[in-house]
Amino acid sequence: MPPAELLSVRGCTKLYPGVRALDGADFQVRAGEIHALLGENGAGKSTLIAILTGVTAADGGEVRIEGRPARPRGPAQARELGISALYQEGALVPNLSVAENLYLGREPTRFGLVRRRRMEGDARLLLAAYGLQIDVTSPLGRYSTAVRQLVAIARAADLSAKLLILDEPTSSLDADETAMLFEVMRQLKARGLGIVFVTHFLDQVYAVCDRLTVLRNGRTVAERAVGEVSRAELVGLMLGEASAGAGYPARRRGAAVGPAVATFRGFGRRRRVAPFDLQFRAGEVVAAAGLLGSGRTETALLMFGAETADSGEVEVAGRPVKLRGPRDAIRAGFGFCPEDRKRDGVVGALSVRENIALALQARGGWARPLSRRRQADLAERYIKALDIRTPDAEKPIEQLSGGNQQKTLLARWLATDPRLLILDEPTRGIDVGGHAEILKLVDELCTQGLSIYMISSELAEIAATADRVLVMRDRRPAGLIEGAAVSPEAIMAAIAAPPGEAAG
Amino acid sequence: MTDLLGWRSRLPRGGPQLAALALALAANAVVSPDFFHLLLRDGRLFGSPVDILNRGAPTVLLGVGMALVIATRGIDLSVGSVMAIAGAVAAAGVAHGLPWGVSIALALGAGVACGLWNGLLVAIMGIQPIVATLVLMVAGRGVAQLITSGRILTFDEPHLLWIGGGAIAGLPVAVVVALAAAALVLLMVRRTALALFIEAVGVNPQASRLAGVPSRAVLVYVYLVSGLLAATAGVLAAADIRAADANNAGLWLELDAILAVVLGGGSLYGGRFSLGLTVVGALTLQTLKTCILRAGFPPEFNLIAMAGVVAVVLVIQSPAVGALGGRLVPRLREVRL
Amino acid sequence: MNGRNLPLAATLAVFVAAYAVCAARFPAFIGTRVPADLVTDNAFLGVIAVGMAFVVISGGIDLSVGAVMGFSSVLISLAVSRWGVPPMAAFLLAVGLGTGFGAAIGAAIHGLRAPAFIVTLTAMFLARGAGFLLTTEAVPIDHPFFRTVQDLAIRLPGGGRLGAVSLVMAAAFLAGGVLLHATRFGNSVFAIGGDRRSAELMGVPVGRTTVLVYAISGGCAALAGVVISIYTRAGNPLTGVGVELDAIAAVVIGGALLSGGVGTMLGALVGVLIQGLILTYIDFDGSLSSWWSKIATGALLFAFIGLQKLIVQLPRLSPRMAGA
Repeated sequence: MPPAELLSVRGCTKLYPGVRALDGADFQVRAGEIHALLGENGAGKSTLIAILTGVTAADGGEVRIEGRPARPRGPAQARELGISALYQEGALVPNLSVAENLYLGREPTRFGLVRRRRMEGDARLLLAAYGLQIDVTSPLGRYSTAVRQLVAIARAADLSAKLLILDEPTSSLDADETAMLFEVMRQLKARGLGIVFVTHFLDQVYAVCDRLTVLRNGRTVAERAVGEVSRAELVGLMLGEASAGAGYPARRRGAAVGPAVATFRGFGRRRRVAPFDLQFRAGEVVAAAGLLGSGRTETALLMFGAETADSGEVEVAGRPVKLRGPRDAIRAGFGFCPEDRKRDGVVGALSVRENIALALQARGGWARPLSRRRQADLAERYIKALDIRTPDAEKPIEQLSGGNQQKTLLARWLATDPRLLILDEPTRGIDVGGHAEILKLVDELCTQGLSIYMISSELAEIAATADRVLVMRDRRPAGLIEGAAVSPEAIMAAIAAPPGEAAG
Repeated sequence: MTDLLGWRSRLPRGGPQLAALALALAANAVVSPDFFHLLLRDGRLFGSPVDILNRGAPTVLLGVGMALVIATRGIDLSVGSVMAIAGAVAAAGVAHGLPWGVSIALALGAGVACGLWNGLLVAIMGIQPIVATLVLMVAGRGVAQLITSGRILTFDEPHLLWIGGGAIAGLPVAVVVALAAAALVLLMVRRTALALFIEAVGVNPQASRLAGVPSRAVLVYVYLVSGLLAATAGVLAAADIRAADANNAGLWLELDAILAVVLGGGSLYGGRFSLGLTVVGALTLQTLKTCILRAGFPPEFNLIAMAGVVAVVLVIQSPAVGALGGRLVPRLREVRL
Repeated sequence: MNGRNLPLAATLAVFVAAYAVCAARFPAFIGTRVPADLVTDNAFLGVIAVGMAFVVISGGIDLSVGAVMGFSSVLISLAVSRWGVPPMAAFLLAVGLGTGFGAAIGAAIHGLRAPAFIVTLTAMFLARGAGFLLTTEAVPIDHPFFRTVQDLAIRLPGGGRLGAVSLVMAAAFLAGGVLLHATRFGNSVFAIGGDRRSAELMGVPVGRTTVLVYAISGGCAALAGVVISIYTRAGNPLTGVGVELDAIAAVVIGGALLSGGVGTMLGALVGVLIQGLILTYIDFDGSLSSWWSKIATGALLFAFIGLQKLIVQLPRLSPRMAGA
């Protein structure tokens, strides 16, 4: 008899305006197993978790828990059904003590008064079962993320959870802490809980998981036992087969490569990304590849001064510069289109015109305003040049589609006449048409002598455009692929190479 | 998306605010038929509308500063206390025999210092605006009393008296000063890139920083302007009563200033601001107060009427109600306070 | 030391040190007379601070308490001396109204998702205006009950008199302390103040708790009106102007974080006493004016806000792992 399905999701669909976040996804978890849920950003993981925890409702398909149909409305109902989810920071209250967090809302009381001693004793006992001996009367916020997560897990398990969803719990843990977490996960598995483990670290999938499900573009593309899938196969499943990208026209490479524009040597920051070397020459596209959480975004943040590097040096046009903040980077001629456009890029309520003029104006200083006329001309020019589809330049940018917002951000930086453009996932969340347009723009900009650093999880896209590819793995550089060697297969092999083995 | 009925395209910007002012004025005319009766005597206009302008002058000044602060998602609770300090400095200055110009300069300088203090707490130390400005709100009145030695410091310096009772081109000096200061600030932010920076920081601080906007400097700047304008209002208020009253000068005016911004259509959640409409809001407030008095209600009724007005605006602005379709107020956003 | 108690310890240290300075300059501070007066004179502020502690710890702010106190004192004085309502009934009426008013404020804050300061500001106008509508001048209360209550006092050895109102304050602090620190409701208040969203995800009834918190604050403010009407034997619509700031300052000086989630009832009590102590010192000195109290309060406020900023940056605790 096959093991009982604890959770069974069939044909789950969820539509957001303009996006099919889930498109008939299937997902099964058994009691007593650790199940990895894998996929790149936008694959549908978060939506699936949101549906399971009752944060949002599915538009189609069915969810069964132990065979019974379930439609949780809100986290409270989900918890009653036995589903608990923990997010990166472990959704607890930092100012309450460890014991209070464990028993919030169900404190032991007598005559309406909380029996603090008893609660703290219980808390100590509960945590001891996980090998954790801490002062349970201290505020939770004083402890490391690892401890907070263990406390959150202990609370969820104690609330008689049957299914525990761990959403990227290891992304800010070090190796020892991760090992500690795995130990706890194995214990809970032995107790018969089903655990859904979302991670971007392949090693961890092989270290602790029994089975895995891969989502891509809202669909389930694989459901296997971990032992049956090789690393390379797994990366292929997550990123899509290389042939899927045949639609991108290859860029003519090396045609107009000029002198070095910017050189980063030993650039890094502790706990964020290990030192890396990168050189950009005029007219060149350098790409960064790697799974989510591999440190690829961190390289961009350091290069733009959004986070300050604590090692290494930068040379721009042959002169050393210091990057203490974005303003320094902008002065050096850098531009940056961030991954999370809504949070870090667009200034929502302001118009397209103002969004385009913002960086140029910020560089010029407050005292030398661009006249309204000049701003309008600028906006008009880029609306035409980049084909930004908006009725007029005065429309608030938040009302534009994702692709047009992205083009507006590109226009913001092009207006500053940059040397180096850093694009973090420039095509994420943009429909197919917009996708190709942005790649075409990248190509044109290079021809005009710009250097471009492009971070992407689409290998085909990288293979079609990049002159060189920096492969990132586990927050450190794992290889540089150059010239004719750039191909989806080579990148995938470098990403999938087991730790400690440099790719080539 | 939030404009299903096309309200925004049909209503001119500021329409509702001007309509509210017109309504308040009309109500006054109904209550007292001679409301619009103006009289020119000794080169100075007299009449209810002039009184409204005169009484509303401090609120106009504070409102303009508050509009800038609120646009960056902040709040400045200390303006009333800063008024008291500035009035005290000006009065103490002339009492100590300093020339009137120097005294006023010192008073305005005190306002700048207060604004700088608030700005540094908010921008550099990263303290929430409401907490940061509370410190000066509490301590400021004490400082003012320290300067006046706890007495009501009267003065009869002719230039200060002229500021309180004189006229320029037929209008009370206070009105001219307030409107000129408002216009000056308007020019300063709109003729430079400051307005763009302020709005960008208020709408999305993180994206603004990444676009290279000097957000800290912008924050310090708005608190500085707010302090300077509050000090100006403090000098006007002192000149009006020919004395510095550290206890009562500017008492509760920070609330009037916030109301002026809200009535002017500014969102409490930061972003777009309009100084012109804030001035309209301040005058509407004053007109409303006058109307209540004229209608024979006790002045205390003012408080209840103001509460009623704010309650209405709050409901309209509320993100919860906005989701249902509060389309008269644009720019509804998730609360990120 | 476990970080959490550091502000409270600092508050206590400030109080003890300040009291020692006072005692060194004015020997009258030694004995029971001055301490007893200190408590009795500040009883109204203490009662308000109890409610304010709940509000501030839940991450909110209540600017309406001074006005509610004023309204309540006017209502009581009119009810007793003009309408012939028995004093106890008038007290109940006032506290009931205050509590209901506070609950409405809480409901508005939660329901409209509006910032607490603007809602309570509106409520302040409303309550102040309502007080003025009842009467614009002070109404003396001439009722034997009030005289009796005023004469009620615990006589301490050494000549100190702890008035009845100080007992009301003590009771309020005791009840507030138990409610805040020893019940599920109290934990919910801390949880909401610490991280509203997480608290919601963990099943804390955020709406109900918010309404209750402001109801308590409104009730306490009205009770402070009772205290002040007994203490002054009069009701005055101008009573309590600016008291909300004193109460907020007391709670913050008592170690509460204005952004919520941190604070103690004991700290709020000591915060009230520190403010009272400053006034008493100025009184004794005779040459100093009362404005110094505001400057000193402002300076203390700033010092404690700075201290809180520092504590946030304390190093993380590290766990001891068993068998790992």
